[in-house]
Amino acid sequence: MRTIVLECLRYDPERDEAPRWQRYEVPFTDDMSVLQGLQYIKDHLDGSLTFRWSCRMAICGSCGAMLNGVPKLGCENFLRDYYPGPLRVEPLNHFPIVRDLAIDQSDFLAKLESVKPYLIGEPPAEGTHKQTPREMAEYYQYSQCINCLLCYAACPQYGLNDKFTGPAALALLHRYNADSRDKGREERMAVVNQEDGVWGCTLVGYCSEVCPKGVDPARAVNQNKIESAKDYFLRFLRR
Amino acid sequence: MVGGVKRSNKPIFWSLFGAGGMLSALIGPMLIFITGIAVPTGLLSRETMRYERMLGLAQTGFGKVAIAAVIGLFLFHGCHRMYHCLHDFGIHVGPGLKAAFHGFAFLGTLAAASLLLSL
Amino acid sequence: MKTYKRPMTGWWRRNPFYLWYMLREASCVVITVYALILLVGLARLTQGEVRYEDWLERLARPWAIAFHALAFALVAYHSWTWFKIMPKTLPRIPVPDAAIVAGGVAAIGVCSALLWWAA
Repeated sequence: MRTIVLECLRYDPERDEAPRWQRYEVPFTDDMSVLQGLQYIKDHLDGSLTFRWSCRMAICGSCGAMLNGVPKLGCENFLRDYYPGPLRVEPLNHFPIVRDLAIDQSDFLAKLESVKPYLIGEPPAEGTHKQTPREMAEYYQYSQCINCLLCYAACPQYGLNDKFTGPAALALLHRYNADSRDKGREERMAVVNQEDGVWGCTLVGYCSEVCPKGVDPARAVNQNKIESAKDYFLRFLRR
Repeated sequence: MVGGVKRSNKPIFWSLFGAGGMLSALIGPMLIFITGIAVPTGLLSRETMRYERMLGLAQTGFGKVAIAAVIGLFLFHGCHRMYHCLHDFGIHVGPGLKAAFHGFAFLGTLAAASLLLSL
Repeated sequence: MKTYKRPMTGWWRRNPFYLWYMLREASCVVITVYALILLVGLARLTQGEVRYEDWLERLARPWAIAFHALAFALVAYHSWTWFKIMPKTLPRIPVPDAAIVAGGVAAIGVCSALLWWAA
């Protein structure tokens, strides 16, 4: 059986001043994911290695990490593709490290809350909302977001300024604005219009490159630049 | 202000940046090639940019608008992006630098306009 | 909760994607310088034939040609990336992204041809 070297970034807040690297030799078969490699380490080599995971099938968004400097999901990337290695595994960029590969997502959760990611407006008096396939197509891709945070790890503007609302939050904002059942556009414009709203984006575009679900947050954010500009220039007409 | 969150003035600068970006994307390469390489090296005849011809162009209404648009919009595009590049390099940018960069573009545009009006 | 924040210095050197982004952004410097070269040329135009010819002559110097060759390359890259990115900035229209990019490149071709013909 072949083995591959994994170099994992370790950080124990109770013992370490700064993160350090640790090397592990992991025997693997061709069907093993990087996540399974980490699980092997935890089960057989070093039980202290800390990382998040759940579904193993790219839907829960828990297992994101930097694999050789690129944000990826551990469960859908394979050790065979990194052989002979070493494969460097680090926690997602641009987030504070809590322990080993686990990052502090609380800033993202606050951003998510700020965009009001739910249908706003009264439901129909009778029955349910009706929506055509074309209406659903307007927002469908943006609804595929699994909150895995790879896009935040990819976004240098978020890395440079963590007040930036960021790709996923803005994509979800757009998802609701574009949903024909929603009436909350006005309420969300305040988030869109601020300096750290859509205007924090310089269209690096790496977020859309790394998104595992094809959400294309770069598009969601930048479509709203025109909306924000229209809102800015035409607001006087509404008075 | 809505709910205590300040609306950004970015749309003004972004629109100028966008117009300059579109113009420079469409005609930038060829314009640079003609004025900076083809004519100086003789690939295109020197006559192309001779004094009387350029003066004639600058004296027409169309010429004035075209020259002012190229200089002004290229400047706004370049300065806006340079300001953001500083931020990308980790340099702290505030309202002072923002005013300096965009002010520079504005002054350049003003200079071009006044020169053109004097012809 | 004690956490560790990693520094951002040198972020753009750590990934080829970021390097290409910085190259695209760097085009803004040459666009600004080029606009200023044109502005100087315009000023010389108002100062008479002798001063204008002097500006033209300087454009033929090796360092000037070298600058314009670099500017051409960077601005051409800006042109390409501008239209490659454009689909992401437009509202949803029933035109596929590839068609928008192709249209943009075609527009560059048409404008360039027109400029060359007019020169």
